[in-house]
Amino acid sequence: MQVSKEEILHIANLADLNLEENEIEKYLENLQEILDFANIIKNAPTEDLDITIGANEAKNVFRKDEIKIFEDNESLLQNAIEPEKNMFKIPKVL
Amino acid sequence: MSKEDYETIIGLEVHCELSTKTKIFCSCPTEFGAAPNTHTCPICMGMPGTLPVLNEKVVEYAVKAGLATNCEISRNSKNDRKNYFYPDLPKAYQISQFDQPLCEHGYVEIDKEDGSKKKIRLTRIHIEEDAGKLNHDEFGGGSLVDLNRAGVPLIEIVSEPDLRSSEEVDKYLKKLKSIFEYIEVSDCKMQEGSLRADVNVSVRKKGETKLGTRTEMKNMNSFRSITRAIEYEVERQIDVIEDGGVIEQETLRWDEVSGKTFSMRDKEDAQDYRYFPDPDLVAIKLSEEYIQKVKESLPELPESRKQRYLNDYKLSEKDANLITSSKYLSDLFEEASKICNNPKAVNNWIISDISRILNETEMEPIEIPFDSKQLGKLVILIDNGTISSSIGKKVLIELFENPRDPEEIIKEKGWIQISDEGAIKEVVLKILKANPQSVADYKGGKDKALGFLVGQAMKETKGQANPKMLNQMFIEELKK
Amino acid sequence: MDITELTVHELQEKLKSKEITITQITKSYIDRINEKETDVQAFVTTLTDEAMEQAKEIQNKLEEGEIKGEFAGIPIGIKDNMCTKGVKTTCSSKMLENFVAPYSATVIEKLDKENIINLGKLNMDEFAMGGSTEYSYFKKTKNPWNLNKVPGGSSGGSAAAVAANLVPWALGSDTGGSIRQPASFCGVVGLKPTYGLVSRYGLVAFASSLDQIGPITKDVRDCAMLLNLIVGHDEKDTTSVERPKVDYTKSLKNDIKGLKIGVPKEFFTEGINEEVKDALEKSIEKYKELGAEIEEFSLDIAKYSLATYYIIGCAEASSNLGRFDGIRYTYRTPEFKSLKELYKKSRSEGFGDEVKRRIILGTYVLSSGYYDAYYKKAQQVRTLVMNEFNKGFEKYDIILTPTSPTVAFDIGSKTNNPLEMYLADICTVSVNIAGLPGISIPCGVDKEGMPIGMQLIGNKFCEETILNAAYTFEQAIKFRENYKPEFKK
Repeated sequence: MQVSKEEILHIANLADLNLEENEIEKYLENLQEILDFANIIKNAPTEDLDITIGANEAKNVFRKDEIKIFEDNESLLQNAIEPEKNMFKIPKVL
Repeated sequence: MSKEDYETIIGLEVHCELSTKTKIFCSCPTEFGAAPNTHTCPICMGMPGTLPVLNEKVVEYAVKAGLATNCEISRNSKNDRKNYFYPDLPKAYQISQFDQPLCEHGYVEIDKEDGSKKKIRLTRIHIEEDAGKLNHDEFGGGSLVDLNRAGVPLIEIVSEPDLRSSEEVDKYLKKLKSIFEYIEVSDCKMQEGSLRADVNVSVRKKGETKLGTRTEMKNMNSFRSITRAIEYEVERQIDVIEDGGVIEQETLRWDEVSGKTFSMRDKEDAQDYRYFPDPDLVAIKLSEEYIQKVKESLPELPESRKQRYLNDYKLSEKDANLITSSKYLSDLFEEASKICNNPKAVNNWIISDISRILNETEMEPIEIPFDSKQLGKLVILIDNGTISSSIGKKVLIELFENPRDPEEIIKEKGWIQISDEGAIKEVVLKILKANPQSVADYKGGKDKALGFLVGQAMKETKGQANPKMLNQMFIEELKK
Repeated sequence: MDITELTVHELQEKLKSKEITITQITKSYIDRINEKETDVQAFVTTLTDEAMEQAKEIQNKLEEGEIKGEFAGIPIGIKDNMCTKGVKTTCSSKMLENFVAPYSATVIEKLDKENIINLGKLNMDEFAMGGSTEYSYFKKTKNPWNLNKVPGGSSGGSAAAVAANLVPWALGSDTGGSIRQPASFCGVVGLKPTYGLVSRYGLVAFASSLDQIGPITKDVRDCAMLLNLIVGHDEKDTTSVERPKVDYTKSLKNDIKGLKIGVPKEFFTEGINEEVKDALEKSIEKYKELGAEIEEFSLDIAKYSLATYYIIGCAEASSNLGRFDGIRYTYRTPEFKSLKELYKKSRSEGFGDEVKRRIILGTYVLSSGYYDAYYKKAQQVRTLVMNEFNKGFEKYDIILTPTSPTVAFDIGSKTNNPLEMYLADICTVSVNIAGLPGISIPCGVDKEGMPIGMQLIGNKFCEETILNAAYTFEQAIKFRENYKPEFKK
């Protein structure tokens, strides 16, 4: 599949990444090359095979509905760039 | 063409917060109203390296909700990630369910005006996590992120486009709310945002089979705004079409103040959530035994209670509907009736005074501060003549303001009914003496005068005289 | 005696016989770090002062009899993608340059309980994406055997630090070979356990369904000992499994008579270096001498595996790395006019090229229109890979392959060609896709004296089998006694 410039910009936008004008070409080329390589899986004999999501087959691993308070609440905001009133400050959002 | 030539099609996605003690994927409390970010931990804050572990109660509650709404319960289910960026979504993905929801193909019934029932089909019910909250920073001109709500468990109930009017939507929502209250999976407090709806509205000319283009109004959390918003939006869409325009598929914001809908934002790239199975969580496989056990744990649902009230207590359809609309009211009714043995009286209190106060104060039944014992006692005190029903009304107000034993209230306030014959006679004689004209009128055949005299006596005793005894005593004295 | 030359089990013996003390051990490592770190550049954060304090404290407590424990006071190095409360966890990214985790990973808590001393956080490819540790935002770690060569990656700091005696042992993480390949490049032992054997809680996720923490050590006995310390079910990680406790050192029997080893021919053809091939063939001969039954067979999945690995790994990564958004704890761009700009600039400036490349690939394969062709198909291929391995393990106890088709390459030689870098993972990725255990041990050196690694793959939860096979081989060829890193410049 041939990836267009518009497409890679759309993808970058979905991933919230900026691609500078001079980077687009490089990323496009890398993506194209890897996709061309990845196309090999189209030949893999997978008819009638289920998908595998994880590497183990465990089921129904649940937690009891019991409260545990995280003790060191202060440490949760210790890395915040702009903490205010124990919240994370960001540009105004409507 | 006029408005009557159009048909409205509405589908709802209702988000309902589950009343578990802890969040869906971590052990933080879900309790509402805590100081910002105090109900958080590395997991619900989306710290690097953390992993989710599913709360077993969330699965149980969702299955309960599914069974109570006639859904098929999926034997095989899983959690998926819905990827998008927003500051209230700490992981930049919401753990939800995509192609294998826990419940599918259900329905609920609403009552139509003509007394018949209408089935509203449910496409699915799935579990997911709530997002955090953005607060406005009044001084700094920014927004502040509070993640206390992030990770609170939700079920999303998606309906088929079966609703045809705002009235039906109102009934449908109230029905869902009452069911979830009954099965105790959610407290459905709308002002706390624990019940919210995304409303999809489209219109088409009657007779058309193709659906019109729909618009979506997100995160509506009051019955009144939902009704108003739908009515506004239907009219707007009809106007656009009548003017030869086309409806654009878009997300709208309902503005309560202006009573209008607005386009949310400039056209952005169409969202692509890139759903995929969450590799941090293992599959959910529900056994027949499990489902059976949950089924057996379901309490009596509103429809069945209503039938019982119609048959056993001979309540009117309207009263039974009102009382069973809320599990809290219904429980209050049943328990208070048991205490005082007078369901008719309890019913009257609930449908008249209590409902009126709830309406006036915009209070939910669950917020009623007094309990069934206190209400039952109130009825007993009236029935045994300790207080009059007009004093009863005052006691009820007192129960709303500062709930305590009604007996204590009337003692404290000196509201005990005067049933002492001597005391009554004293008042009657005093009033007769003071109102010779009325006495003459009565004797002259004007029965109305009696009422006036009784009223005066009530006034004199601040409403505490036993009205029956007063009446009798006046008649006796007037005969003399 | 140079303390830093010793393995952990040797340190334990000398501690027991009171030949050395705990403070001496830590002191020796600090001296060694001071001497060699400038050359090797293995650490992102060194904790030498803290380690010395801790060593003194532990020594006192031991003397007072307050604590016991055969691992008390043994130092370790930790790959910088495992959360350590109170100490920076950077993932070698500008994005997390100043990030201090509010909690410790489960594996770190386990080590803390043993009073093991953390000497520091080790360098890696940014967010574990890479095979040379050149994609670290902070520094390029050098291969102790030849400082012009890469140590491999992504756990390059861990492998180089062990090889250079900067730490006695280390923890790495392996998503597609990130423990085994650098172990191979640096001539040390590296084990990727069965998926689910070790808790991932606190390991900054790259690809959740592939990631696994494991030991990087000087020899196989140390590997078994460190594995003992980190395994176990963790209720914080639903993909971690409950298994009866075993002592992996008990599996080291130095006897493999009758062991059935399958050698998949496809792993010896495509792009494999001749010297690597020779060394592996000699190793196979050695195994025959030791009494193993060797058979060549076909495991025709290598080519699908690599593509599948990059599709699944990048898809999961694109989602896992969304949380690095400039809002709560990461790098935030200094200038922005809107929320969208805050997001985009923070992420574009905070992530390196390779990370962005993989996020873009991952976003692409999950996006509407391509999901079925790439992501869903890859999940089916994953089933195929598992089935093929299952068939192999019906016949063999172990599958033997090279760890990497080449020895360590020159710094800078592959960074301009991402695909070529990816191809270097061809031998290791299928193990992650199938969730199997794999160990890399040194089996020889090439003409330039660079170590060559051999990979032994076991069936699920058969760590004991591969550990014994690795141990028996190690005892026979005595690699550590014959070869030592020379810090060639």
